[in-house]
Amino acid sequence: MSDRLDWVEVCAVDEIDEEDVIRFDRGTKTYAVYRTLEGAFYATDGLCTHEQIHLADGIVIDSLIECPKHQGRFDIRSGEAKSAPACVNLRIHPVRIEAGRVHIGLSD
Amino acid sequence: MSGAAKTTTAQWRDYSLSNEAPAPALTHEDWYACPIPRKQLRQLSRRSDGPALRDYTLWLGLLAASGLLAYLSWDTWWMVPAFLVYGLLYGSCADSRWHECAHGTAFRSRRLNEAFYHLASFMALKNAHLWRWSHARHHSHTIVVGRDPEIAFPRPPDLFGMVRNLLHLKTGPIEMSKLLRHSVGRLNEVETDYVPESERAKVVWTARAYLAILAAVIVWSLAAQSWMPVMFVGLPTFYGSWLHHILSATQHAGLAEDVPDHRLSCRTVHLNPVLRFIYSNMNYHLEHHMFPMVPFYALPALHAAIREDCPPPYPSLWAAYREMIPAMIRQTRDPDHFVRRALPAGAQGHRAGATAAI
Ligand code: FES
Repeated sequence: MSDRLDWVEVCAVDEIDEEDVIRFDRGTKTYAVYRTLEGAFYATDGLCTHEQIHLADGIVIDSLIECPKHQGRFDIRSGEAKSAPACVNLRIHPVRIEAGRVHIGLSD
Repeated sequence: MSGAAKTTTAQWRDYSLSNEAPAPALTHEDWYACPIPRKQLRQLSRRSDGPALRDYTLWLGLLAASGLLAYLSWDTWWMVPAFLVYGLLYGSCADSRWHECAHGTAFRSRRLNEAFYHLASFMALKNAHLWRWSHARHHSHTIVVGRDPEIAFPRPPDLFGMVRNLLHLKTGPIEMSKLLRHSVGRLNEVETDYVPESERAKVVWTARAYLAILAAVIVWSLAAQSWMPVMFVGLPTFYGSWLHHILSATQHAGLAEDVPDHRLSCRTVHLNPVLRFIYSNMNYHLEHHMFPMVPFYALPALHAAIREDCPPPYPSLWAAYREMIPAMIRQTRDPDHFVRRALPAGAQGHRAGATAAI
């Protein structure tokens, strides 16, 4: 599975604050890359499945991302939509840290 | 501050969501947002259970205390002021609190948000699962004609309805008839437009639950041959929502439509701390619409952070009404009239392309 992934460098580890998120664009696609208070990193598609708003403008609360527009929430570990008006799950992407840099694995 | 285009041939507009020619859709990027550093916005958006627990405990404590006084003074003249206070805390306070909990911003805990959301929605007699979706649409298309389902004062404004609402007699019958219709499983075309199919059963079951509670209270009143049960549950929404209607009318009435800039379509009004408690700080309405993820207790700080880029806030409720009422009276005969809010010198303008919508 991981052979088919295209590992893309996003930023240095300390460019994402604890309990925060940044936006990462690649080609026509946009992603959200998160760092939790515990120092874990996650990545999802960048747009809310409700009305296509950039999740990187939202806030990270524990392991949830809250959308800035209508406060729908997703679990950033699983992509699961946790509260309305977000009802459709979010696609997640694997993350790995190498030499202090954050990489996400993209399959498309 | 106010002005109008000359309009002898002007037409009244169709505000319904079934309007076949609504105002052009605006994307999120079209909407103006005052510059604020991300770190500061994140700080202001930070959630905590403490402020809302204090606020909601005070609210429910006062409600219980006034309810006890009303009970003890039953059949005396003292019940009049006691029920006035009880009704105000029930009807007006519940309406601002369902709203805050609908955004999920009152508490850090989603469970607490949801519990109070359902309690306050019932007290305001607003179907929790319907209003969640209609309110999301209101935030996507704030005062955009044919797209926003919550334009309370379309042109021509219903001034008589405003007066009726002092006893909730405009909004109340509308919400009650919706509950009856939803309880038999019927959502109309507009509602099916904004409530996704997967959520419609919740609307129906919520309506049934509300009606079952109300029916039980009415049966109790009849069996006891006393008004007392309905004076405590159900009727307070009618005799106690007047202050909420007075406060919330200032949010958008008489202001611009179809403009992707909340500074021009929302009012921020300074209120005293008692009114701000009753209204959950929704007097900072411009700020709430521009950054809806900021909880009610952080809105004064958000206001301070962006005020240089916003029109001056109204110094009082009186000041807001002094502008609003003449504008609304004029709107009863002139569909193009609206209050033009002046941006301060040096404030940033709309995003490119957005001005075309004014
Ligand atoms: S756009 Fe994200 S919850 Fe609506």
